[in-house]
Amino acid sequence: MNVQTDKVKSFINKYNCKQSALIAILQEIQAEYNYLPKNALIYVSQQLHIPLIDIIGVATFYSAFSLEPKGEHTVKVCMGTACHVRGGPKILEEFERRLEIESGHTTDDKQFSLDTVACLECCAIGPVVVVDENYHAQTSIRNVDTILKKYRKKEKKNEEHQ
Amino acid sequence: MKNTNKSKSLDQIKKIIKEQKQARKEDDKITLTVSSGTCGQARGSMEVIDSLKETIEQKQLEDKVRVKVTGCHGFCEAEPNIIFQPDNIFYQHVKPKHSKDIIEKTALNKEILDQLLYTDPSTNEKAKKDEDISFYTKQERLVLGDNVLIDPTDINDYFSIGGYNSLLKTLETLNPEQVINTVKSSGIRGRGGAGFPTGIKWEFTRKAKSDEKYIICNADEGDPGAYMDRSLMEGNPHRVLEGMIIGAYAIGANQGFIYIRDEYPLALKNITLAIQQAKEFGLLGQNILDTGFGLEINIVKGAGAFVCGEETALIASVEGKVGEPKQRPPFPAVKGLWKKPTNINNVETWGNIPLIIEKGADWYSQIGTKDSKGTKIFSLVGKINNTGLVEVPMGITLREIIFDIGGGIPEGKKFKAVQTGGPSGGCLPAEKLDLPIDYESLTEAGSIMGSGGMIVMDENTCMVDVAKYFLNFLRDESCGKCLSCREGTQRMWEIVNKITEGNGKKGDIELLEELAYAVKDASMCGLGQTAANPVLSTLRYFRDEYEAHVVDKKCPAGVCKDLIRYIIIEDKCTGCMACIKPCPEDAITGELKKVHTLDENKCIRCGACYEACKFDAIKIE
Amino acid sequence: MINLKLNKLDVKAEQGWTILETAKYYGLEIPTLCYNEGLSTYGGCRLCLVEIGEGENTKLVSSCTYPVEEGLVVHTDTKRVLNARKMMIELMLSVAPNSKTIQDLASKFGVTQMRFEARNEECILCGLCVRMCAEQMDGKAIGFQNRGHKRKISTPFDVRSEECRLCGGCMYICPACQLRCHGPDPDSDVCNACLTMDPTCVDVYDELQCWMYDAGRCGTCVREEEPNKKDIQNADKK
Repeated sequence: MNVQTDKVKSFINKYNCKQSALIAILQEIQAEYNYLPKNALIYVSQQLHIPLIDIIGVATFYSAFSLEPKGEHTVKVCMGTACHVRGGPKILEEFERRLEIESGHTTDDKQFSLDTVACLECCAIGPVVVVDENYHAQTSIRNVDTILKKYRKKEKKNEEHQ
Repeated sequence: MKNTNKSKSLDQIKKIIKEQKQARKEDDKITLTVSSGTCGQARGSMEVIDSLKETIEQKQLEDKVRVKVTGCHGFCEAEPNIIFQPDNIFYQHVKPKHSKDIIEKTALNKEILDQLLYTDPSTNEKAKKDEDISFYTKQERLVLGDNVLIDPTDINDYFSIGGYNSLLKTLETLNPEQVINTVKSSGIRGRGGAGFPTGIKWEFTRKAKSDEKYIICNADEGDPGAYMDRSLMEGNPHRVLEGMIIGAYAIGANQGFIYIRDEYPLALKNITLAIQQAKEFGLLGQNILDTGFGLEINIVKGAGAFVCGEETALIASVEGKVGEPKQRPPFPAVKGLWKKPTNINNVETWGNIPLIIEKGADWYSQIGTKDSKGTKIFSLVGKINNTGLVEVPMGITLREIIFDIGGGIPEGKKFKAVQTGGPSGGCLPAEKLDLPIDYESLTEAGSIMGSGGMIVMDENTCMVDVAKYFLNFLRDESCGKCLSCREGTQRMWEIVNKITEGNGKKGDIELLEELAYAVKDASMCGLGQTAANPVLSTLRYFRDEYEAHVVDKKCPAGVCKDLIRYIIIEDKCTGCMACIKPCPEDAITGELKKVHTLDENKCIRCGACYEACKFDAIKIE
Repeated sequence: MINLKLNKLDVKAEQGWTILETAKYYGLEIPTLCYNEGLSTYGGCRLCLVEIGEGENTKLVSSCTYPVEEGLVVHTDTKRVLNARKMMIELMLSVAPNSKTIQDLASKFGVTQMRFEARNEECILCGLCVRMCAEQMDGKAIGFQNRGHKRKISTPFDVRSEECRLCGGCMYICPACQLRCHGPDPDSDVCNACLTMDPTCVDVYDELQCWMYDAGRCGTCVREEEPNKKDIQNADKK
């Protein structure tokens, strides 16, 4: 992906080039590109005068960041305790089977990324799956396919519109 | 930023509060408060709100009825729910299609819609008002209760219930030492985990000598299954701010931070708005209400690391670094953020402060037990009928929470354990149900209070699997610095994983136990020191279940995949074919109205057929 | 000066000293691995654990990072310390069984078995190389990445760093790089060659008879049972 230096620069300026704002700046970059592009990190390192290795350390320590590009849709399966006792792991396995990827990875066609999330704290409606920003409550193995189809379809519809 | 000269003086704010209170008193509109926290929204509260508003507009009832979007009412199971004010009628599972009836019948004509009332699962009686619902009757909602009353995005609404009165009282009549003494004698202890006395913590930071001091609100609620802090920030952000301002005044800090979890967009939005509004009214800023005392509060977003709930790791994260805990001492009260004295409290603790100032230490210290004062919010989740946030006085028993408030276990299943305290806590069995809950009793029983997660487990929960779950969480969330924690949690996970796969051998349980004690002893921070609790507590109370896995190669709860098999009960199978399609491996074959057969060699034990069967014809063995 | 008790002795320490520095000053040996005098302290290997406090309120802390405080009571060789330390060595051994330093530690502290599956990862993440590179070589070429069980030490993007001058400081200081000496049974998890020497004390803990002023320093007398050579050899074969 092409990284616009201007864009990254604007994020850095937003926080007055402060070293302590590193995490906030990385969050902005992550939100913009859906991952942390390599040259963006190098640029941040130069601008903030933080050694690149320390930036990599931060970028790999926190789970909000990814050094790899993500798919079009991000499927997050809640791995909270309440979801766990209500069958969350089975849901995850079903997603892994349907998408033919392991959690933490992206499908070859870059349509879906599959992730687990610590706890979305909406335990009453577990097991919870969040696709992009949409919550899917009380999911079961049976509606995993339906959920995926919904987003696959959207893709097709969009194509038709175009 | 607003000009400081626009800010109000103490007397002006007093006047505003008085006016708002009066306005609330005189308000004759019927108010429909819709619980709309994150989980309410996930259940469709926004659609309900839109359709209610639309109906009101269509019927031109704006001067009679209003819809108020509030934070979470705590009863997650009932959401989307509406509480009518002033009558307190409680409607649950409301859908947009009910809007017309709700407005026309109930709001205008006081006619109750039976189908929207809560039915008690044990007595089958319908409850009309929130106070009639067993979920609410035993609670003492001192901190969370106001969520129902106010629109969290409107500071005036907070004024109208007497909000910021405690701050005014503090600034007008108390000096910092008096505030600290009040908090000390109230007996409140930190609500975030270890339960350190809040007043003493404040005193440490106050006494530390420095030109600059900081306060931090720890809103990095990371325990899976605990969400009271989110609910409070979403539903009553000004209360948290008020607590923080009082604390900063007492400690002598002029800079505050709220370290908030990235996954909490609504809480972030509401607290940001609240800070902005507080500034506009001069309740935050350089010169608060012309008293000469100043406080700025900034928001720092977390980036997803459980260990950042630990104070020193949180500080490192605020500084923009990797969230690795540091050696204490020096404690943050002496050397914290940017090496300056720093006081960290969690959201719920800050939320208690206005209450203590308002009602006084004596009043507060009468609630609770000898060493644990006040109320505690628990999130009651898992295999429980009434999922939700419950606020109860310390000293209440687990049984009261789970069976009286929580309504017991769904589908008539048997209670097996309750997990408290998140990944640092432990699982308590049925024989501990009569345990009065406070910091000490939970620790003694092998768990901890933690931030108040309470996950109920029934007979279908495998305790070895639960231990594995927490170890998996911890080996991922450990910062990885200490060998004991990094390797210890990994090795414990490996052993437990082996046991759940049926490959456990003699000596594994003993090794697990020995390792668990070493991890507990040898680790530097709170995460590592408590990382063994899920293992140790399940070993203490459910050792036989471990042994069943190791010796008999059986999972008594029917959870561990490698130790179970699915069987079709011929007498019960009606041949409906419902189980055939969901099976991902085509392991089930059969014709309509004939008993189906399951090929065990093909079966991957995903449980899809078990879920699909409506006749209980598939059993786990 | 700060007054504290070190193995029941009244000692004095300078403000700002750690427990480890104080112990060293008084000639008390505490084993360390991730500690190096020329580098900042880290506290990751958990070998230098000591027990602090009195009565029921005691806990283990890493002596290399814990600052001395007035009235602090420290014990360097309690049973609790030794047990935890042994487990740490066993854990290290399972990650880097080919390291001489770690095999020597195992011998010295009587770790005669390794009950975890060997992973042969070699790096035990003690962070000496990271600190060496940054603090002594002014390099900043390597650092920690990821967290928890995925933690590793590497260069940015896992390719040779522009900061690296190939000084070799990281390898010089690495405790896991030097291969173990192969004794009679080179394929065993635990070599224990050094354990063939007889322990200095044959009796159990006895403060009055100990010829060292700090009973338990050598770590041998606190054993419940004397390890018998045969047992050790058997353990090796397992």
